[in-house]
Amino acid sequence: MAPPRHRDRGFSRRIQYGLFFGYVGAAAGIVAGLALVLIARFDPLAFQGIRGLAIDLTAPLSGAGRGVVRGATEVGSDFGGYFGAIDENRRLKAELKDLRRGIIAGHVAAMENVRLKRLLHVIEPSAQPVTVARIVGSDLSGARRYATLGAGRADGVRAGMPVRGPDGLIGRIAETGSHAARVLLVTDGGSSVPLRVARTGQPALGEGHGDGTIELHATALGGQPFRRGDVAVTSGVGGVYPAGVPVAVVTSVSGELASARPLADPTNLDFAAVLPEAIVVPPPPPPTGRHN
Amino acid sequence: MADSDFYQPPSRARLSIIPIASTLIASAATALPLIVSVPAVPPLGLMMALAWRLRRPEMWAAWIALPLGLADDLLGGAALGSAMTLWTIVFLGIDAADSRPLWRDYWLDWWIAAGAILFCCINQWTFAVFTGGGGAFWPILPQIAFAIILFPAMARLCAVLDTWRLSR
Repeated sequence: MAPPRHRDRGFSRRIQYGLFFGYVGAAAGIVAGLALVLIARFDPLAFQGIRGLAIDLTAPLSGAGRGVVRGATEVGSDFGGYFGAIDENRRLKAELKDLRRGIIAGHVAAMENVRLKRLLHVIEPSAQPVTVARIVGSDLSGARRYATLGAGRADGVRAGMPVRGPDGLIGRIAETGSHAARVLLVTDGGSSVPLRVARTGQPALGEGHGDGTIELHATALGGQPFRRGDVAVTSGVGGVYPAGVPVAVVTSVSGELASARPLADPTNLDFAAVLPEAIVVPPPPPPTGRHN
Repeated sequence: MADSDFYQPPSRARLSIIPIASTLIASAATALPLIVSVPAVPPLGLMMALAWRLRRPEMWAAWIALPLGLADDLLGGAALGSAMTLWTIVFLGIDAADSRPLWRDYWLDWWIAAGAILFCCINQWTFAVFTGGGGAFWPILPQIAFAIILFPAMARLCAVLDTWRLSR
């Protein structure tokens, strides 16, 4: 087939001008698009109105079929469960025995903790959820890791609020529509969460890796900060995420870095609680003027 | 033949709406109720737009990629302006390819589409990193491969839609 000749200018002035302005428009559009990308870099919350509208439009689409998809996933894992059921049973019984002991120790520790806190007058910020909603979908092909939540500004959800599921931290609200919101998952490259290793109390920073894992960086030097199987919980430092929410479990360690899997499995999320942003009290302003 | 009793051309609205609507629906397909931890589904909106552009070169001016790309950004949650810029560059590139006296066939169209998909996916990732997110590069490689392999199927779907568009 010969090349299409549709862009031939011919002798018609009208067609020539039409083509010319078409190209001028396209070039101007590229410049405008690059400007929008720049704005997105320096002000991620720009154009909330129109973006929120788009989220509101697509959320019902995702919400409708979510139950079916989840059902299908569960049937798949149920079938798998029949194989090796005996081994699993034995293993679970042993684990249960261990856990019972652990729970008793935990109860004792919790009681002691309450008593000591009362002694020290520590005030815990209440983490009453703003709202509880369904996770309805996620961005399937984009480079960012977003999930869509079925609650928006009308339910009190605001950009920046942390979101947790029954198993652990899911992420943070990135942008809101009036009845749906986009959640930046902890696995996204733009997410970083201050953490604490539950076993040792060592501080760490959890940064999303974009491929379904979280990379943990030890923020204190020395020793072997991570071990395989360690659970990382939020430390509450920085005042965005409430303290003590489980986030990830370490799967492999290399020196002071570790790769971790999020406890709230992003492919199997159903309900999520939006928590209020932990309040940061700004430091008192430095004294001005001279005080003699 | 336009005024024959037997053949009446389809309305102008139908002729212009079906390509645009099908591209928008393909863009919105990323809102399917699945949650994935790596970008797994190929960029369907881009593939549909490319299929229309390669099938009907005379139908769209190059600027049509601006609104279509903007809609794709909004529906998919990418940084505003990223698909808008990349798609327009791709459409201008295809216009440039059209002006060259190359022998065009099915295979060359596939090569052009493959180049366009590669360009868009890699730069979408660059934009995502630039705007403070994204992450590792390797997850987008299987996505690009899927998109290139699946492009003929998308072109086929586009052909079916085109036949339907031109029938009454």
